[in-house]
Amino acid sequence: MTRALFNPGDQVRARRSDPEGHTRLPRYTRGCTGVVQTVQGVHAVPDERALGVDDPGREPVYTVLFRSQDLWAADDFGVCVDLWERYLEGA
Amino acid sequence: MDHDQRSALSRRVTSLESLLVQRGVVKTAELDGIVDRFVEKVGAGNGGKVVARAWVDDDFRDRLLADAGAAVEELGLGQAFGFLAHRHFVVLANTPQLHNLVVCTLCSCYPSALLGPPPNWYKSDAYRARAVRDPRGVLREFGVRLNDDVEIRVWDSTAETRYMVLPLRPTGTDDLSEQELVGLVTREALVGTAVVPTPGNPPAQRRAASNLESNPSASP
Repeated sequence: MTRALFNPGDQVRARRSDPEGHTRLPRYTRGCTGVVQTVQGVHAVPDERALGVDDPGREPVYTVLFRSQDLWAADDFGVCVDLWERYLEGA
Repeated sequence: MDHDQRSALSRRVTSLESLLVQRGVVKTAELDGIVDRFVEKVGAGNGGKVVARAWVDDDFRDRLLADAGAAVEELGLGQAFGFLAHRHFVVLANTPQLHNLVVCTLCSCYPSALLGPPPNWYKSDAYRARAVRDPRGVLREFGVRLNDDVEIRVWDSTAETRYMVLPLRPTGTDDLSEQELVGLVTREALVGTAVVPTPGNPPAQRRAASNLESNPSASP
């Protein structure tokens, strides 16, 4: 999968997954909604790389801006997190 | 990590290194070259050079913000950057309305290829957990007081991009040379846990930084 599913300005939600193995989806973002800022290009998926597979999947990585009100119901600041496409769904 | 654990880790690394050299996977000279590069060619001083040039040259600043990896090559920092050049490198400009703060909540990702290894406090659980939860509180403890109307944006380096902050040029530095400006830029300012003060007017930031640094549980 190399064509980016999301574009800058799109609202996305970090998936509420709880994988058993390695992931680079920070727990504090799960279930939270943010806005895509940039598409960073296509990179090997760390969840698969960590398994040592020969040919890990490659997916677009997005910089997603979350608001502290959505992450913590508190304060007023932004947090940008770089997330692989499989970590996200449309919101 | 206590002393015994550190020694155990150190022994393990040494054994692993001997095995890799014995089996011909790596050469000692190659490893020495990498260590040498980290010690001699990379460090916060590189960040200072990049920042000072951006302060005195608006066109360079534009290129830096558009494609930081290419811009640092212009300053002859390509070799320092060299062996991690596949990393995307992004520079975030602070403005009077926006203050950027860099963290890696998952581990300790940092623009090491340019700036060398991260400081210990950057790897501490306390910094990693609190930077995304209470950045104003963290900044206060580092001695950074921002006006309430300044937006804070935290950058969690969770993927392949490495971030560095371009701090605001302090007032009262119009007469300084580019070389003098380099000397003003601290390692903390390059990740947003400090602002660059006007010379002769240092902020009270060292105490908070050294408290974190001396925390024995701070190193992973």
